[in-house]
Amino acid sequence: MTDTLTSDRPLERRRTLEGRLDRDLFVEFRNVYKSYGPKEVLRGASLKVFRGEVLVILGGSGSGKSVTLRHILGLEIPDSGRVIVEDEDITDLPEEELYRVRKKFGMLFQGGALFDSMTVFENVAFPLREHTDMAEEELARVVREKLSLVNLPGTEHLMPVDLSGGMRKRVGLARAIVLDPKMILYDEPTTGLDPITAQKINELIIDLQSKLNVTSVVVTHDIQSAFSVGDRIAFLNRGIFEWAGTMEEARDAGHSLLRDFLKASAVMAAQPTGGA
Amino acid sequence: MSAAGNVDSPPIIPKGRHVRGLLDRAVSRVEESLLYIGGLGQLAGQTIQQAWRGPLETTILMQQFDQIGVRSLSIVAITSLFIGMVLALQTAYSLSDFGGSLFIGKVVSLSLVRELAPVLMALMVGGRVGAGITAEIGTMKVTEQIDALRALATNPVRKLVVPKVMATTLMLPLLTVLSCFIGIIGGLLIAVGSLNLTANFYYRSVITTLKYNDLASGIGKTFFFGFTIGLIACFNGLRTTGGADGVGRATTATVVTASISVLIMDFFLTKLFLLFF
Repeated sequence: MTDTLTSDRPLERRRTLEGRLDRDLFVEFRNVYKSYGPKEVLRGASLKVFRGEVLVILGGSGSGKSVTLRHILGLEIPDSGRVIVEDEDITDLPEEELYRVRKKFGMLFQGGALFDSMTVFENVAFPLREHTDMAEEELARVVREKLSLVNLPGTEHLMPVDLSGGMRKRVGLARAIVLDPKMILYDEPTTGLDPITAQKINELIIDLQSKLNVTSVVVTHDIQSAFSVGDRIAFLNRGIFEWAGTMEEARDAGHSLLRDFLKASAVMAAQPTGGA
Repeated sequence: MSAAGNVDSPPIIPKGRHVRGLLDRAVSRVEESLLYIGGLGQLAGQTIQQAWRGPLETTILMQQFDQIGVRSLSIVAITSLFIGMVLALQTAYSLSDFGGSLFIGKVVSLSLVRELAPVLMALMVGGRVGAGITAEIGTMKVTEQIDALRALATNPVRKLVVPKVMATTLMLPLLTVLSCFIGIIGGLLIAVGSLNLTANFYYRSVITTLKYNDLASGIGKTFFFGFTIGLIACFNGLRTTGGADGVGRATTATVVTASISVLIMDFFLTKLFLLFF
């Protein structure tokens, strides 16, 4: 099992991170509850995300992973509990105030969430036009630079409908990082992609992490992706973070469900048709 | 045997339970309706606030004027022309015993300007434009594009709702003016072509009949219709859930709700305008 679950992250980097984990908190969930009608999605979720790390939120379908990301951005308001971003309690902030907080984040949505009516260029340029007074020439330079970062140079004129699933995600990522956010949130970045494209996305996440020096939260149920990109894992089960620790600790974790989850994923990855 | 037994003696449900079930459903429907109206009111407030606060998205607004106004011209022209013609024919036929053809100019112009053009244009725009707006925003909602807007620190009401509601509010009155004009020309075609009236007689009849208050009442209503149609279309789009199926349901709901709202509002607005004009 461990053969397939090796981390691609440099060991030295992870040691550095572990040394400062206690000091530099970026996002904190304190006992967050969220229900949609009768369905309880988060049931007292508590979580800490430290500056500079890549935290992978792992969990099965419907465990509340994406809802957690939406709470970090303030797209959802908890029924109870608090969400803290850089020492600021954002739980009760009005929508207008939340726009200020959201500029700290870039979010890659599951399907890319590109604006259908705009070209790739206009999509990536959108946040710059909204929030900066950048001259058109400078704006074009920044857009091209970000598209190069996600390995999509020369695609500016294409419409989202002309792009493959992997390309849409990469354009979505370019749009997410165009305002140089402090934290990038990835919602299922490899779901629905073939294994080779999924691996390219994983490499891109690692690459961006080192180039942009950001904090990242990656929501996934793809264990290969988790071990490729993550520094730490938080395991979410039925609305509660039941386990959190480093990738090494995860392999020897006493948590039975996490162990089963890793085992099942490793078995699937070992099968010829399995994997990402 | 058991089936026959069931037919002969259906399960006895206490009367009280029937009544309670009906009552519960009625209460939940009323609750839903109140929540819907509350949501609409909230969106109306946000829309006015965002439009007031600015800055206006002029490029998007121009696109919406084109989409909602200019691209509705052909449907408005065809509808209005034939309504004017039918109105002239029906008037001549039904009032033939009283020399009905002499009243064609009066009847056509008054009916069109005060009632038919505003309501019909609102229903046409509610159908064509309202459905389009809901489908567009609904698709954006289910593909997370609305969330992406919010995540990019952009207010969806300012970016999407304000230009669309503003365009329906301003375009519907203009389309109605055009509809009145084309409808009256339709009446003229029948008056001259079939009923042997002179164009000059018809023209004088229209001009002497129509007063300022007829125009004010007829066109005034359409600002309210346009605002309501735009608002309902955007609101239904923003609350869409459940993929393509949800978009279909939201679009149908917009056409039904907008049409009913226009007809109900028409009654009350007519009463209101009669007080002033």
